[in-house]
Amino acid sequence: MAVLVVAEHDHASVKDATNKVVSAAKAMGADVDVLVAGSNAGGAAAAAAKIAGVRKVLHADGATLAKQMAEPLEALIVPLMANYDAVLFPASTTGKNAAPRVAAKLDVMQLSGVIGVEGADTFVRPIYAGNAIITVKDEQAKKVLTVQPTAFKATGDGGGASVETIAAPSGPFKSAFVSEEMAKSDRPELTAAKRVVSGGRALGSSEEFHKVLDPLADKLGAAVGASRAAVDAGYAPNDYQVGQTGKVVAPELYVAIGISGAIQHLAGMKDSKIIVAINKDEEAPIFQIADFGLVADYKAAVPELMDELTKAGI
Amino acid sequence: MKVLVPVKRVLDYNLKVRVKPDGSGVDLSNLKMSINPFCEIAVEEAVRMKEGGGGHAAGAATEIVAVSIGPEQAQETLRNALAIGADRGILVKAEGEVEPLAVAKLLKAVIEAEKPDLVILGKQAIDDDNNATGQMLAALLDWPQATFASKIVLHDGKASVTREVDGGLQTLDVDLPAIVTTDLRLNEPRYASLPNIMKAKKKPIDVKTPADLGIDVAPRLKVIKTAEPPKRSGGIKVKTAGELVGKLKEAGVI
Repeated sequence: MAVLVVAEHDHASVKDATNKVVSAAKAMGADVDVLVAGSNAGGAAAAAAKIAGVRKVLHADGATLAKQMAEPLEALIVPLMANYDAVLFPASTTGKNAAPRVAAKLDVMQLSGVIGVEGADTFVRPIYAGNAIITVKDEQAKKVLTVQPTAFKATGDGGGASVETIAAPSGPFKSAFVSEEMAKSDRPELTAAKRVVSGGRALGSSEEFHKVLDPLADKLGAAVGASRAAVDAGYAPNDYQVGQTGKVVAPELYVAIGISGAIQHLAGMKDSKIIVAINKDEEAPIFQIADFGLVADYKAAVPELMDELTKAGI
Repeated sequence: MKVLVPVKRVLDYNLKVRVKPDGSGVDLSNLKMSINPFCEIAVEEAVRMKEGGGGHAAGAATEIVAVSIGPEQAQETLRNALAIGADRGILVKAEGEVEPLAVAKLLKAVIEAEKPDLVILGKQAIDDDNNATGQMLAALLDWPQATFASKIVLHDGKASVTREVDGGLQTLDVDLPAIVTTDLRLNEPRYASLPNIMKAKKKPIDVKTPADLGIDVAPRLKVIKTAEPPKRSGGIKVKTAGELVGKLKEAGVI
């Protein structure tokens, strides 16, 4: 059995999500090849070749793949599937965008957001924003999966796979990249961060959100996240949103400040190792899942926490 | 321009699903069902294209057709779309779970008959959370797609779509006809007014079956177990920030 993993990368290197999806592929008991589809992505292909246990890296390089858009990825991957039993995408916006196109072209029903692999054809995934978990048997000849990276441990480096160059699709395609506006930050990326500090609607304004959370995040070396309520209220940009409809994170430490803990938020962070909740409402649902809860107004509690961290040498 | 908007009937988003004790599925009996929130946003955007608003000129859309695939009661979901402002409905009557691949095939058949210039769908349904139907439909039609839209601008036979992607926003130009899927921040759907709800009752709904469209909707995947998510047991309450820092040190996370 052979599985193709579609790498998540920024052309220069592969993202940790790739190593995690490789782990999911290995759990299927398969030979694992990694596809790096990009532009001037030699760096990412070389990095993918170092992932332990990867058999081969396929590297497709061309202008049509510069933004890893859905149509060129479909054109590239569908013919490759003659050689593979399954293709696994990270459940990133890139993967979620392209995977169903590949599945439809192969006449295959896709499994989305897989969080567990119980063999070559049995998978676990959440439905209803994580309020139910289904185990699904997929006996289709070809399988297409998006995999929730946070549910798997990253495969380390130490491999030495060969890199095979393959042709990039030439197009033309009916969609064209116009522009992008990426949030610039010196902080770690939200989905890859070891620590996350998140704020909710209780923060009350964009100024307050940043005034309270940014120093704490900087002190902890954490990424900043937000609840949907805070994003909808305009306190934080949309790419901060943690939850079923936003980003799914599983850091070692998640600090929820002024977040009540709506079901859809919990679905995005409940796999964090340690959850801290600071909220003045003792009845807030977030306390039901928090390892350490502090019933307090964040206005007093966050400065105190900053002081205590300083005292502790952090 | 004709716009087609598929809509799905799902468990109301305010309700929490119950897993059946025997693990055979979820129990939806006697629970309120509503239009999927992302589909509602899709209908609202189409209606703004017709009425003007949300950056669209009035008359940009000339006709809006809502389509639902589901049981007889999915007529209510279509009436909801008609009350927001869609002109007519098509119900493809199918009982039980219909997977996104089959939905995409049914929609393709409807689209080949209706020939819309733009199809707007929700990015995902809040029941099965697949996030797949729009992309699958685009592939089956060989149309371009712009998923997770937070802004749509129509111009010169194209749609300029701003997408919510990891790390920020991306803008694409897609040639029409195209598939667009909606994200949460595209618009805030209106509450349908009582007169519009009454008017919606008189708008036509055409009923078809998968057999009429020549599509096999048998599921490809087999759900062998449905379970509650593992419970995360609540921890302890700390009294002070100092105690919290101590606990975090003990846990080895700072």
